[in-house]
Amino acid sequence: MAFLELSKVRKQFSNVAAPAVQDFNLSVERGEFVSFLGPSGCGKTTTLRMIAGFEHPTVGKIVINGKEVTGVAANKRKIGMVFQSYALFPNMTVADNIGFGLRVAKRPKAEIEPRVQEMLKLIHLEDKAKRYPAQLSGGQQQRVALARALAIKPELLLLDEPLSALDAKIRVSLRNEIRAIQRQTGVTAIYVTHDQEEAMSLSDRIVVMSEGRMEQVGTPFEIYNFPQTQFVASFVGTLNRMQARVADPSAGALEVEGQPLTAARAVEANRGETIAIALRPEMIHLAKGTEGVEMNHLNGAVEETTFLGSIVRTRVRLRDSVISFDTFNNPNLALPQRGEMLSVVFPREAILLLKGPSAAQESAV
Amino acid sequence: MKRSTFWGLFWVTLAALYLFLPLWGAFDFSLRAERDVIGFASYTRAFADDDFWRTFTFSNQMAFVSIIVSVLLIVPTAYWVQLKLPHLRPVVEFITLLPFVIPAIILVFGYIKLYSSPLELGPLTIFPALTNTDLSTNVLLIAGYVVLALPYMYRSVDNGLRAIDVRTLTEAAQSLGAGWFTIMFRIIMPNLRAALLSGALLTFAIVVGELTLATFLGRPAFGPYLQQLGQHKAYEPAALSIVSFLLTWLAMILIYFVTRGSNAQVTGAH
Repeated sequence: MAFLELSKVRKQFSNVAAPAVQDFNLSVERGEFVSFLGPSGCGKTTTLRMIAGFEHPTVGKIVINGKEVTGVAANKRKIGMVFQSYALFPNMTVADNIGFGLRVAKRPKAEIEPRVQEMLKLIHLEDKAKRYPAQLSGGQQQRVALARALAIKPELLLLDEPLSALDAKIRVSLRNEIRAIQRQTGVTAIYVTHDQEEAMSLSDRIVVMSEGRMEQVGTPFEIYNFPQTQFVASFVGTLNRMQARVADPSAGALEVEGQPLTAARAVEANRGETIAIALRPEMIHLAKGTEGVEMNHLNGAVEETTFLGSIVRTRVRLRDSVISFDTFNNPNLALPQRGEMLSVVFPREAILLLKGPSAAQESAV
Repeated sequence: MKRSTFWGLFWVTLAALYLFLPLWGAFDFSLRAERDVIGFASYTRAFADDDFWRTFTFSNQMAFVSIIVSVLLIVPTAYWVQLKLPHLRPVVEFITLLPFVIPAIILVFGYIKLYSSPLELGPLTIFPALTNTDLSTNVLLIAGYVVLALPYMYRSVDNGLRAIDVRTLTEAAQSLGAGWFTIMFRIIMPNLRAALLSGALLTFAIVVGELTLATFLGRPAFGPYLQQLGQHKAYEPAALSIVSFLLTWLAMILIYFVTRGSNAQVTGAH
């Protein structure tokens, strides 16, 4: 049995017509690091708050470590939580903040003090024990918040966009620290973020959410390389989306603006039907003329070339569609010029066949 | 001097003169109790009066209890409204403003009418007449003081609550196993220190100077004593007014020093 199970969870707020979360089913194994990824208002924080006990599901049940906690109060769940705004108690020192949960649980002093020291060591802030939260930087405050949540040895650690309020450099170092601490302590963690890079780099699995629904659950590799819906494909990474006409479903033969393409697998659509396909920019290369027939080709005119330092982004117009691709900067090679006709190639596996309504108005991202 | 600086100084000086000249006048008057002598005779006489100490002590005790009752009543109310019932905030704010429009005399006559006879339900006495003993009349007096101080205390507390992230601090404490009592007394109240002190100061000022409730309930408070003194003597009331001002300023200085570091701490909650 999974360590955390959410079954058919639905949350309907009384003042909003659409449910905040619907038909949410998830099993999380002990020690796993799972991220909820999605745009604002997709229901990820509401789901996290239901696990924490701050909200109660309208329908469905939540089980932690074999015990149903759906109606259990937040302070009885033994869950550690880290908030976006740190939520350190301003009237308490760092040490008092970390020891708060243990004092509430009426643990003996002989247990609290070593545990606080252990946590301070874990977050490398042994010298800041007597400081107040306002005397710490944002990154340090969030590390204290993490230590405070872990001090009670929670069954589950919930992190609600903990890095959003920090600047980019600290965000990267702290996310590595969070992952290292999670591995070290072995605690099961649920992490909410709208930052795909954060989710990719931290998680064992990602739950991509949109409009209260789970769009896809998988490892970062699966989510990025094999997105199953248009939403996942567009939300995770940069993507070229196009309309393709199905020429031969069983052979995976397609046509984009009159140019033939072949997918690596059969297409689940009828001949003549229009479907949405997608291409990752990094799978597309400039044709050298030596590619084999197994490679797909698309010809178009250069619309724009943008020099971004280490990479050069080129936009090529086919007819109505535009595709972008990146090449590494090479000072010995000339940049493609605007209006220049060129051919790009990509393998059959690069074509992502997207489920859901075809994106008739969308071309490139 | 810049034109804007000149006008700034002009208005500040004008405001200071408006506030301090009457005060200086009262102080100067209070020093002239004896013919052709400038001295503190009126102060000495005022402090030598046993009634002064008796009424002043009584009002201080009433103020202290009123502050405790106000805090215990208003902090959980304002906290709960902010946390769970934000849509009811306008209603609560309206209620807290009622003491501004309902005069104290209406309030005290309402109390006397309602509580001077026992509340009975058939043969059962719910509570006895509250005006029969000094202790129960003091209860009525404190209830009245709490109502009069309500607009000030509520606003202080509400402003204090808005300055901290109440919801997140509550949820953080809950996730660490804390119940409502712990959250209220170990998280919320300590972070409202500055707000509670200013609310307490205003309550103290109202209670110590209050005349109507104490007079009609027949309690030996400082307000009625001052009023009576003013009818018979000239210099002592002026001296005691100056003493009252000094006490208030002393309390304000105390609040400044006690709450000096608290803003920096509060910002950490965000």
